[in-house]
Amino acid sequence: MKHGWKMESQRKAYSKALVELGNQRSDIVVLDADLSSSTQTIKFAEAFPERFFNCGIAEANMMDTAAGLAASGKTVFVSTFAVFGTGRCYDQIRQSIAYPKLNVKIVVSHAGITVGGDGASHQITEDVALMRVLPNMTVIVPADSPETYRTIFEIVKNKNPTYVRMGRADVPSITEGLESFEIGKATVMKEGDDVTLIGTGIMVSRCLSAAEELKKQGIGARVINMSTVKPLDEKTIVKAARETGAMVTAEEHNILEGLGSAVAMVLGENANVPLKRVGIPDIFGESGDSEELMEKYGLTAENIVNAAHEVLARKK
Amino acid sequence: MDLLDPKEMDALNERARTIRQHIIKMTHAAGSGHPGGSLSAVEILTTLYFKIMKHDPKNPGWIDRDRFVLSKGHAAPALYAILAEAGYFPLEELMTLRKLGCRLQGHPSMRCTPGVEMSTGSLGHGLAVANGMALAARLDRKLHRIFVLCGDGEMNVGEIWESAMLAAHYKLDNVTMFLDRNMLQLDGPTEKIMSLEPLTDKWKAFGWQVQEIDGHSIKEIIIASQNALRCHGKPSVIICHTVKGKGVSFMEGAVRFHGKAPVDEECEKALGELEVCR
Ligand SMILES: Cc1ncc(C[n+]2csc(CCOP(=O)(O)OP(=O)(O)O)c2C)c(N)n1
Repeated sequence: MKHGWKMESQRKAYSKALVELGNQRSDIVVLDADLSSSTQTIKFAEAFPERFFNCGIAEANMMDTAAGLAASGKTVFVSTFAVFGTGRCYDQIRQSIAYPKLNVKIVVSHAGITVGGDGASHQITEDVALMRVLPNMTVIVPADSPETYRTIFEIVKNKNPTYVRMGRADVPSITEGLESFEIGKATVMKEGDDVTLIGTGIMVSRCLSAAEELKKQGIGARVINMSTVKPLDEKTIVKAARETGAMVTAEEHNILEGLGSAVAMVLGENANVPLKRVGIPDIFGESGDSEELMEKYGLTAENIVNAAHEVLARKK
Repeated sequence: MDLLDPKEMDALNERARTIRQHIIKMTHAAGSGHPGGSLSAVEILTTLYFKIMKHDPKNPGWIDRDRFVLSKGHAAPALYAILAEAGYFPLEELMTLRKLGCRLQGHPSMRCTPGVEMSTGSLGHGLAVANGMALAARLDRKLHRIFVLCGDGEMNVGEIWESAMLAAHYKLDNVTMFLDRNMLQLDGPTEKIMSLEPLTDKWKAFGWQVQEIDGHSIKEIIIASQNALRCHGKPSVIICHTVKGKGVSFMEGAVRFHGKAPVDEECEKALGELEVCR
């Protein structure tokens, strides 16, 4: 990796945190749907077999079972691939988890097009949208594995329904050594006054690379890691908009109704600055190598640089 | 019975061996994919496409064709190998599996690949879709049949049992389901992850005709399919006892090869084994 960032698996960080949590707290229960060897919840299953339930390929059933456990005082982690942990069991999440505001943490892997070869059926690019519009639901998209690790400890400090989105591929560890993570609080990763780049998930590292490139061109880019997509840190967005006067968002998600849309709404109501959203066009994905797909769908650091130039040109 | 002409049987078995070779080469070239559940279904698919089903590779849209739905969509390599062997597209194209811009997506897409009747990959949908096709055939007074292949792990899915009820309720005797009973799912043995037995009793209780056969015996698949065609007033399920990874010694019964492609040496070894007529 050109930045010398370590490449690490978010799933491994998740399972490490789960096992540590399981040791600290007996109320932690974990469910999976025949993907424990992939999501890595198998590590928890091995450590605490009596508190792990494999529900088989039955995600809807798993969500309602989680609701029952949570209604009886357990802190429940539910894991599968993002595509199966959201759209497939949306009604169960809505009726039995979000509406009654139960303590269920839906932590999924394999979100977005970086799934790669499996293709469109497995590449959910609308999960953040689905979860974001559910009242009571917190939505977190950690930038890397250290942040994933911190996220897991943070979300069990409250009893809110929570969605945590992870990818398949190893990602550069850019938050290594940063202090604890706070839900609903964006992190400014890099200061700059000409333009703001707001990223979520794996796109934050690409924002940092883009900022470096822009710096070479004499442009100061502020980089914000917006790992909590809901509740959104509006204050940080508005402040950055006022101070830099131009904004780019970047997410590995459908350009509709993800981070970019959320930021656009905040800007529309609070700070009228030019905005460009970098994200997946409103089409289904396809099979291919992850990096090739990121290029084809316009999710590279170069795409972010170009977007920055576009908003800078529109800046008064 | 000429139905079971020994020469034809040999040819079908030979074809199955070729299909297995394709599966190994394709998943190896792609570097990912699902060899285990593809290999267990080879005789079922071979018999369907080269003996049982009425279809025309030169005219994939032929209105009176029998339909096949691969409900366990991760077995796409097996289906693609079959379709190429049947002539739906060139054999060379098999090596494009999962590559950017290819027609052979990681999971079947009806908008990409000639001969693919339904987009699948998320488990549990295929039987309900087959029911829809069967209802349409009935509405249009058509005599074609609908075949569907499900995995045993897939039986965990609640929707399977919803569609089992619907098919029996509407007496969809034009639906035949093959159940690939290879005893393994992704995380391990089916009976350890989510017990299914007694599976035959379950299907009977849901109002289906049930047959249990050796899913690697082309002869048994043919006979069971004929029985299903003759069954009136109820849908038919053929529980096919199979071995996951069948035909490659180190893949047989190995959970590891559910969703892992063979690396170079494994590919070579597997192809070596498949060269020898067993
Ligand atoms: C709804 C859904 N959940 C999870 C998966 C991930 N997955 C792919 S294959 C598989 C196991 C399938 O087992 P089985 O049906 O027995 O297939 P086979 O063993 O024949 O390959 C799982 C869990 C999926 N494709 N769809």
